[in-house]
Amino acid sequence: MSVVIIGGGHGGFQVAASLRQDGYAGQVTLISAEAALPYQRPPLSKAYLKDGIADALHLRPASFYARNGITLRLGTRIARIDRAAAAVITDQGEAIAYDHLVLATGARNARPPVPGLDLPGVLGLRDLDDAQRLRGAMSTARHAAIIGGGFIGLEFGAVARGAGLGATVIEAAPRLMARALSPQMSGRFATLHRDMGTELCLGRLAVEVLEAEGRAAGVRLDDGTRVHADLVLLAAGVVPNTELAQEAGLAVANGIVVDKHLRSSDPAIFALGDCATFPCRRMGAPLRLESVQAATDQARAIARTIMGQPAPYDALPWFWSDQGPHKLQIAGACLPSDAAVPVGDNIVIRFRDCHMTGVETINAPGVHMAARKLLATGLGPTQADAAAAGYDLRALAAERKATV
Amino acid sequence: MTTITFITPDGARHDIDARDGQSVMQAALAADLDGIIGECGGSMMCATCHCYDDEGRTGPRSDGEDEMLESAACEVTPQSRLSCQIKVSAEMEGLVIRLPQSQL
Repeated sequence: MSVVIIGGGHGGFQVAASLRQDGYAGQVTLISAEAALPYQRPPLSKAYLKDGIADALHLRPASFYARNGITLRLGTRIARIDRAAAAVITDQGEAIAYDHLVLATGARNARPPVPGLDLPGVLGLRDLDDAQRLRGAMSTARHAAIIGGGFIGLEFGAVARGAGLGATVIEAAPRLMARALSPQMSGRFATLHRDMGTELCLGRLAVEVLEAEGRAAGVRLDDGTRVHADLVLLAAGVVPNTELAQEAGLAVANGIVVDKHLRSSDPAIFALGDCATFPCRRMGAPLRLESVQAATDQARAIARTIMGQPAPYDALPWFWSDQGPHKLQIAGACLPSDAAVPVGDNIVIRFRDCHMTGVETINAPGVHMAARKLLATGLGPTQADAAAAGYDLRALAAERKATV
Repeated sequence: MTTITFITPDGARHDIDARDGQSVMQAALAADLDGIIGECGGSMMCATCHCYDDEGRTGPRSDGEDEMLESAACEVTPQSRLSCQIKVSAEMEGLVIRLPQSQL
C-alpha cells in the first residue's frame, strides 16, 4: 500500500504525520516542489519579516521524516497524474505509484490584468522565497504600495509601518477583508490601520504599476491618483492550484471538488486546503477555505479515512490574523448576508436565521475561545438567548457547560 | 545554549539544548521530540503545546494564555503553561518540563 501526497505545505505535511500517528504501515511519500523542508507559512508575513530566521520555520527537522518512514521528495515537480496507472509522473518522467493520492497543491497569487506587474520591485508573498525577497526589499525601501486589502496585505502593511516604511493599501472593494468580515469589523480595522499611519485607498482599482529606471515606482489608481512607492506588494487574492486535477479529468469548480470525506470525483484521490472545495454543512454551500487550521483538520480526516475509519470533515473553521498589535480572531463560517451585532469596539457576533454563526474579535482570546466552544457542535445559541445574556459569550459558554 | 529536560508521558527524560530566545515549543520541535504539536506555530491560537512547569520556574502566564489553556486536551493545573509562551533564557538552565498524555 502507498499514499502519495503532492504539496509540502501544512496540509500535505499533516497527512503524512497523521498517517504514521494513526499506525499506517504502507509507504508514505510527500512531494514538494520547494527545496526547503516543510515549513510554517503564517509567520512569513509577520515574525519572519522581522527576524529573518528561516530555520525556526521548519514544521519538523529532517530526522522526523526519517524516523517516521516518510519519503520526502523535495524540489520535485509533478507534471501529471496517470489515473489509469495510479501513478503521478514527475517533470523528469519518473512514475511514482499510489493507492491513495492526496492533492495538497495550495494556491498561488491571483494576477489581475494590471500592466507593470512584471517589473522589478513588484513582489508577492506566498512562500519562503517570496518572503526572503520581500525582506531584502524592505531593507532599502521607503514606501510600500500594497495591492489588496486582505489578510496578507494588511499583515504586511503593519509590519512595513513597524519597520519605518510608509504604506498605502489599495483595495478594490469598499472595505477591508470584505470576503471574510462583517462591515463593522472591516470599519474597525480601517481605523486601526489608519492609526498605525497606513494610507487606505478603498474602492479603488490599481490600473498600472508605474515605472522609473526599469523598476516599479508606484501604482496608478482608477481615479488617476499616483501612489509613489519603491516596493509594490501584490496581495489581491489567490487562485487554487487545480491544473493537475483538471488535466486528470477530476471535477473542478473554484477548487478541486471533494465530498464530505475530502474525496474527489476519483475515490482514490483526495484534496485538501486552499485547493479544495468541500460541502460546508455550516454554510449550506460549497466552501474553499484558505487557512492552516482547515488544511490540518482536513488532513487528519483524510488520514482517518485512509485508515478505514472515515469521519466526515466537519470541524469548526477558525482563523487568526496578527496586524501589528491587533490580533483578529474569527470563529465560524458566515455568509456575507449574516446579521452583524457589534458588542463594543472589538467584538462582532454574526447571526443567520436567529442562530449565532460566527464571532469576530480583536485581542479578546477569551471571547474567541468561548465562541469556538459554543459553535463547535453545530448550531450556536439563538440571538434571543445571546441578547438575554447581554451578548456575554463567556457567560453563555460557562452556562452551557454547566447544563451539559 | 540552555539545557532543558523534557519528561515524556512514558516517563523518559530527554535533555535538549535550546537556543536562548527560542520558545520552549520551538526547542522541542527542533529537537524532534514527540509530545508537543504546536499546531498554530506559536501564535497562541491553540493549546497543543501544553506542558507542566512543576518547579514554577517559567514565570507568570502571558495575556490570553489562561483562556487558551482552557481548551487543552489534558488536565490543566496551576503548573500548566503553553510552551510557545516560554522564552528560553540562560536562567532556565536545567529546567524540567513535563509533557501531558496528549495534545489533541
